Order: sequence, then C-alpha cells, then structure tokens
Amino acid sequence: MELTLWTYEGPPHVGAMRIATSMEGVHYVLHAPQGDTYADLLFTMIERRGLRPPVTYTTFQARDLGGDTAELVQRSIRQAVERFQPEALLVGESCTAELIQDQPGALAGGMNLGVPMVNLELPAYSKKENWGAAETFYQLVRTLLKAQLPAPGTPKPSPSRWRDEGRRPRVNLLGPSLLGFRCRDDVLEITRLLAEHGIDVAVVAPLGSRPADLERIPTADANVCLYPEVAGPVCSWLERSFGTPVVRTVPIGIGATAAFLRELHGVLDLALPADLQSLEGQPSEAERRSRLPWYSRSVDSTYLTGKRVFIFADATHAIAAARIASKELGFQVVGLGSYSREQAREVRAAAAELGLEALITDDYLVVEKAMGEAAAELVLGTQMERHSAKRLGLPCAVISAPLHVQDVPARYSPQMGWEGANVIFDSWVHPLMMGLEEHLIGMFRHDFEFVDGHRSHLGDGAPAAAGTGEPEAAGTAAAGPAADPVPAPGTTTAADAVREALESLWTADGEAELAKIPFFVRGKVRKNTEAFARERGLARIDAEALYDAKAHFSR
Amino acid sequence: MGVSAPPIQPSPPDILKESGQREVFCGLTSIVWLHRRMPDAFFLVVGSRTCAHLIQSAAGVMIFAEPRFGTAILGERDLAGLADANEELDRLVKDLLERRPEIRTLFLVGSCPSEVIKLDLAKAAERLNTQLLGRVRVLNYSGSGIETTFTQGEDNALLAMLPLLPSSDEEQLLIVGTLADAVEDRFRLIFERLGITTVRSLPPRRSTDLPPVGKGTRVLLAQPFLSATARALQHRGATLLSAPYPFGVEGSRDWMAAAATAFGVPTERFNAVLDPLVERGRRALEPHRQVLAGKRLFLLPDSQMEIPLARFLSRECGMELVEVGTPYLDRQLMAADLALLPPATQLSEGQDVDLQLERVRAARPDLVLCGLGLANPLEAEGIATKWSIELVFSPIHGCDQAGELAELFARPLRRRALLQLS
Ligand code: SF4
Ligand code: SF4
Repeated sequence: MELTLWTYEGPPHVGAMRIATSMEGVHYVLHAPQGDTYADLLFTMIERRGLRPPVTYTTFQARDLGGDTAELVQRSIRQAVERFQPEALLVGESCTAELIQDQPGALAGGMNLGVPMVNLELPAYSKKENWGAAETFYQLVRTLLKAQLPAPGTPKPSPSRWRDEGRRPRVNLLGPSLLGFRCRDDVLEITRLLAEHGIDVAVVAPLGSRPADLERIPTADANVCLYPEVAGPVCSWLERSFGTPVVRTVPIGIGATAAFLRELHGVLDLALPADLQSLEGQPSEAERRSRLPWYSRSVDSTYLTGKRVFIFADATHAIAAARIASKELGFQVVGLGSYSREQAREVRAAAAELGLEALITDDYLVVEKAMGEAAAELVLGTQMERHSAKRLGLPCAVISAPLHVQDVPARYSPQMGWEGANVIFDSWVHPLMMGLEEHLIGMFRHDFEFVDGHRSHLGDGAPAAAGTGEPEAAGTAAAGPAADPVPAPGTTTAADAVREALESLWTADGEAELAKIPFFVRGKVRKNTEAFARERGLARIDAEALYDAKAHFSR
Repeated sequence: MGVSAPPIQPSPPDILKESGQREVFCGLTSIVWLHRRMPDAFFLVVGSRTCAHLIQSAAGVMIFAEPRFGTAILGERDLAGLADANEELDRLVKDLLERRPEIRTLFLVGSCPSEVIKLDLAKAAERLNTQLLGRVRVLNYSGSGIETTFTQGEDNALLAMLPLLPSSDEEQLLIVGTLADAVEDRFRLIFERLGITTVRSLPPRRSTDLPPVGKGTRVLLAQPFLSATARALQHRGATLLSAPYPFGVEGSRDWMAAAATAFGVPTERFNAVLDPLVERGRRALEPHRQVLAGKRLFLLPDSQMEIPLARFLSRECGMELVEVGTPYLDRQLMAADLALLPPATQLSEGQDVDLQLERVRAARPDLVLCGLGLANPLEAEGIATKWSIELVFSPIHGCDQAGELAELFARPLRRRALLQLS
C-alpha cells in the first residue's frame, strides 16, 4: 500500500486507451466500473479531441457481481463489434475487473468475432500507464504480424535492400501517441527531416494509423524508435523476429538530431552528407537549419552560463533535456530524474555523466524537495513540477507528459529535429530573465521609476507571493474552467510554522541588506541564508550572516 | 399557513429505463467538493491507481500542494493477504496523521477494489479510532463505482457522519448538502430575517462541529442526491420538508417557503422578505432568459441535479425539454420538482450511452448538458454543450444566484452567436 496524492502516470489500461485512441479502426472493450469512464476526458479535454475514445466500458455494478458478469462482458463485446465494426479489437480489464477474474480476453477468444483480437493482460496492481501503452502496442503489432513472421533461420534483410529494389529507403516512426508530449508535431518535423535526406516514412504508429498500416511495418528498412516509453518493446521484437534494425537515438536537441541522422545513414547504408560529417570549419547541417547554435553563442546568452537547472520528466525527455541543457545551452544541471522506472538505467547513466545521482521516483513531494535543495534557478519538468516550481517561486518550462491542456498548443511546436531545437531554445530561455535585461535592471534598479517585481514576460514563472501550500486558481485538469470559485481556507501547517520562525530571525539590518539584492535573486538568497542559519543554529540573521551565507553558497 | 407549497401532481408516466454503458463518474468524485467544505478533514481513498487518477483528473492537476485527499494504492502484496493490507493501512494512516496534525476527521473511502477484496474499512475505522484515542475521528464510507455514482459519494459521506450527531429535540432547521460558504451565509441571513434563528448545516464547515438531530429537526435538502442521508435523518426523528431544490428564483422561494411553513412564519413576513429577492432575481435572470427561451435542451444523466435543473430551465428560462436523464430516480426526493415539470416530459433513468447519443443526434437539441468526456465530441458534431461538473463546483443555489445559474447555460449559446470563424 502506498500513499499517493498526485500521480505522474495513470493505470496501465489508460496506456492501452492511448494506443486505441491514437489509432483508427481499433476498438477497446474494457471490463470496468462506471467511474473508470473518467479516462475519456483525458482525450476529449486535454487533447481537445472531437471524437469519443473508441472504448466500450462494461460499467458493471455491485448488483451485477452476484449474477453473470461474464455474460455482460460478452454482450458488450458483441454490441461493440456490431456497432463500431472495428478492424481490430482490444479486450481487457481495469483494476477492479482484474479482481473478479472474468478473463474478458479469453471470453472474446471463444466468440468467433471475425476480427483480429488482442487479449490485453495488464497487471493493474504492479504496472502503470506507459508500461500499459508499450505492452498494448507490442501485443497489437504482434497479433497483426503473426501471419508474416519469417521462418526461423531466415536471413536478415539487407540494410540496402532499398537500393536493390530500386526505391528510396523507408523507415517507420514508432511510438508517437496521444497524451505524449508534442508527438503530433514531432512526427511532422521528423517526416520533413527524413524527406530532405531522401528517406521515406512507411508507417507512423500508433498515432494516426490503422490496423492495416501496422501490417505494413515489415516493409520498412528500419524502425525509428521515437519514444522508447511506448515503442521500446515493439522495436526490439521487430528486430528479433524480422531482423529490422532499430534507430534508437531520439532526435531531441542539436547533438541528438545530428547523431540520429548519422545513425540513420549508417543503418540504411546511405552516404553521409558532408555537413553531417562534423568537419572543421565547415558549417554543419545544424548550423544551417537551426537557430539554436547561433542563439546560444550570441552575447545575450552569456548570461545563461551556469544557470542551475533541475530536470524531472519521462526518461526520453529528461535525458534529452540534460544533454541540451549542459552541452547546448551551457546550463549547469543540478538535478536529473524521472518517473519512468522502466528506463531508470538510462536515466542513471545520463545523470552519472553529469556527476549526479538520478532521482527515480513517482512521489512528486520527493521531487519538490530535491528541487528546493538543489537551489535550482530553472526547472524543466512536467505539469507537476510546474506547480512545485510555482510554489518555490522558480521559473519552469514543461518538457514532458503528464500534460495539461496548455501543453497541446495550437501552433506548430515540435521538440524533435532542427525546428524542435528552436522551440526548445525559446521555451526554456523565455521563463528566465533575458541576459542584457538582467544587466540593465541591475543598473537601473535605483531609478525611482523602476518598479520592483516588474517583469511581465515571466508570466507564470514569476515568484509566488508566500510560496507554501496555498491554492492557486487552477481549474480542472482538463480545461481550467473557473472550478475554484470558493476559496479554500488556508490551513496552518507545520511548514508554515517553520517559515514563520525563520522569518522572525531576520534583524532590521539583515532585512535592509536583503532588500538591496536584486529582486530576481532575492528569494533564493533569502532561502539560502535561512538554510545556512538553520544549519549553523544562528539565533538571528543580520547583514553579516547574509554575507557569510553568500560566501558559503557561492560556487 | 398561507405560504403556498407547490401542489403535488401525479408524476409523469413515461420513463425510459436503460441499463447499458454508463458515462458517469463514481462517488469518489464528491471528495473534490467535500474536502473543501470541511478543511479539517482528510479523505483517504483505499483503492487503486485508477482511483487516484480519477480524482486527480476530476479535481484538476495539483490545485493544492498537499491536498486533503489521497489514495492508499493497493499493491500486489495487499491483495495477497488481507491481514497485511490492514497492517499496511494502519501504518499509512499513522504516517499521514503525523504529517498532517491539523486533521480532525479522517474518512476512509472505500473503492471498487477495496470492496471486491472485502477489505473491511468499518473495522479498520474502529481499530484506528481505538488506536488514536479520539485525537482524530476515523469514519468510513463507500465512494466506489460499483455502489455509487458521482454525487452519491456525498450521500454516503454524510450518512457515515450521522451516528456521531448528538441527539436533541431542539427546534432547528437543518440544511443538508454541501453549499458554497457564501451561499450558505446568504441563506442563513434570509432565514434569520424570517425569524428562523436556529439554522444548522450538514456537512458543517468544521468536521467536528456536528449539528444535533432529533424530533425538533426540520430537514431541508440543499442537494437532490442525498436519499440515504435523508432517510437516516428521518429515522433519528427529523422531519423531511418536501420542496423543490433551491435552483432558480421559483425553486429557491418555494424551498424557503417550505421552511417558513414548517416554522409558522406569517405570510406577510415571508413575502416582505422574499418579494424583493424574487424581484431582483427575476431581473438578473431576464437577459439570460432571452437567450434560452424556446431553445431545446437535452440533459444527460450525470450529477443527479438534472431534474431540478430541468424544472428551472423550462419554467423560468423558457427552455423546451427534449429528454431529462438521471442516473437513478428517487421519486420521493424529486417529488416537488417532478410535479413542476411540463406534462409528458421525457424522463430517462440509467443510461446506455451509445443509444442515448443516437437520440441526441436525432433530436438535434440546441443545448446538451453532459459530462466532460462527451462535451467536445458533441461540439465537434455541431451540438452546443454545457459541462455538468461545473454545476457541482459553482455557487448556484438561491434567488441571488439564479442569474448566474442561467448564465452558465446561456454562455455556450452566446458564444456560438459571437464566433464568426468562416
Ligand atoms: S469506479 Fe471504482 S475503481 Fe474506478 S475510480 Fe471509481 S472507485 Fe476506483
Ligand atoms: S516584460 Fe518588462 S522586464 Fe520583461 S522585457 Fe518587457 S519591459 Fe523588460
């Protein structure tokens, strides 16, 4: 038993829903009680989908339990097949149905439905959403490709098969799904990028594909594993059973996009273009195609140097962010972690490279604590970290699922490829004070016209007033209606008491000295000084203590 | 007494009963407003990751740093042996209460998984009450989807509090059902003007401030989904006042009239207090009535508020009712509202969502009241919608709120008229 207040991932059957809803022609019969239909709103509200997810819930009730729930399952399956005429059917159960052991998949198997059927067994008490998505995708592909499996011992297809067949090389893009971060735009960006290198896309899946498309997966010369969280297992299986090579570099960031293209050219036995060969003095494709390299070198960005960045996300985006932050923006990564236990090894390796220990957890309070202790100046995280950062008064950019409706922007904003790098530069640097501006504000802050706290461009990254568990005017996860018209009374917590005790330590000259510090670092200086005072057991915080602390923390 | 209560007519005959797929939240959802009503209470769901995800999705991602609700997620080990599960629960509760010393009442909320494995939360509550020596009161109720829909969770929560209510035959008016604090204050003020001085609420604002109950208690339900609580209060000697629910000017007036009659308030005094409110409420309603009048409304079953809302929207806003769905029909609790519905209103109880949506499509109503899962898909088909969940979060009760309530329904139609996108 584990206490959870907020979770990064839903249950595994929500992962299965992501696959079904991402595709067309697939229907999912889910043996589940009525409350579980809440999951529909994840798609209709967060993704603003104009279609109901293709899911039929059995919505059994307590009074059904005495009778024949198996009959209910069969009726639901029969009706769903008749009504929706799917090209492939997923049958599974949610946590409660798992306990009553009707085995809906086995029941469906005996029904002679005339459509390919996948019996989904997703253990709800040990696995989570991303695992469920990956397993569903894998099982579906496996079922649909059963007939095409090469006999054991069949030689692997040659990587340059395309040349022999007199066509352009083609690859599949596997892994993009609904409720993934910016998948819609990443697919477009990578498809364009590949086209420029003369490579075609055979199948994109699950997003936008039909079962018949999945049957074309073996026609590609390689599989691009765009999101290992979803496509990792299926790519490995395709490699084992069809001998299709997998491109595993995830093209997020300048370095990774270039590495991705090199890997792809290698796998497909294509000649590497000169501007991907990283030759001295020659402009690389990255320089030509993305603004990030130059923007990062331009003088304004000098002020980004060593900015302390805390990263927590799904594994794919966390690892990519760490690399971009440290290598491409000159930040200092002071914390790196992920809730993706399945990819913990990769995250640990990425952290070790930066001299850090990875934080692998699904407890957002642990993440919030680590964020505070790391004295971060910028947080790159999920919606959960956005809220934590807000409480701590830290600027934040969202880089990964779980999503909010605002993470599905109307404009084109991929994370992958050259354009993705541009988007990342803007969205990570935007919450920070601009370089020259920081300098100018320092110069002019004694000007009578200067208003402390003026920096409207910070938007929601602006320091929160009090910064402890105060409610914020957020709406429902889905769409942010004015769902909080009645302000909840604040409760006095132990943390508030500690805060008050610390605040009373400040002497007048300490406060006066603190006031001289530019407002955009004042909060951090206050926190550091208080931490320092607590550590040293100081009875009061005066100007001297403040400077002692400053010296202590200067790195 | 001259204060007229609505005449009770025979209820409409035709009810479509359906038992197919439902598209309704489970009772856990009511935690979202209950925890705000009683800030010194904590709601601990004993359930699965699905339960945690449901509350999170319904409540909004992280409105609170540390919310006053959470889920004890059952793991494989808990399923293997109930003894372990009980031990684990005790441990977890102890940790939780140590971290949240301000909590006075802890609700253990049962879910589908906890019920299916027969984890006895009543026993757990008893055990924990002994261990905690009265420092924190532990109660339990079911919010599971196999037992409850959406708003029924509140019914069960209140029912769980009932045994703790002291007995007293003191004359009092007891308002039952969560109201927004501001709305509640308004009602108290009006009752005071009417001369009804002892007015108490269930749930109270502080979980420990429990109202007494007994022969002198007149119960006025503020929400239409409290069947079990209403019956249990009657068992304790209270009288249940029959009235329409306080939505809209007429509903609110009749609701207060029921109390006034019960407490012997003279008609002149009632009219003197209420007439100006009624008049002002009608004025506030008017611009929205103009938008809504003649428009056809289809209400999908969701919050159990559909029948009283349909009554308000048809009688006071002039809307035409295509179909009024309700998750379940409690004829006694709905009697006054049912009697005020236009004759031959099509009611439906339960749901078969695909069939019901086919009826929606065939009828092409001007507005559909529905849950969040259905709203955008219907909009995409060109049908305007109003999300039902907003109605349980917004202050919509009382004459003063009638304008706002109507506005919630008029807004989608106004918006459609505003947008020129091609
Ligand atoms: S329907 Fe049951 S399992 Fe689903 S969220 Fe509600 S209580 Fe939990
Ligand atoms: S918002 Fe204010 S601080 Fe930011 S750039 Fe504009 S003027 Fe400068």
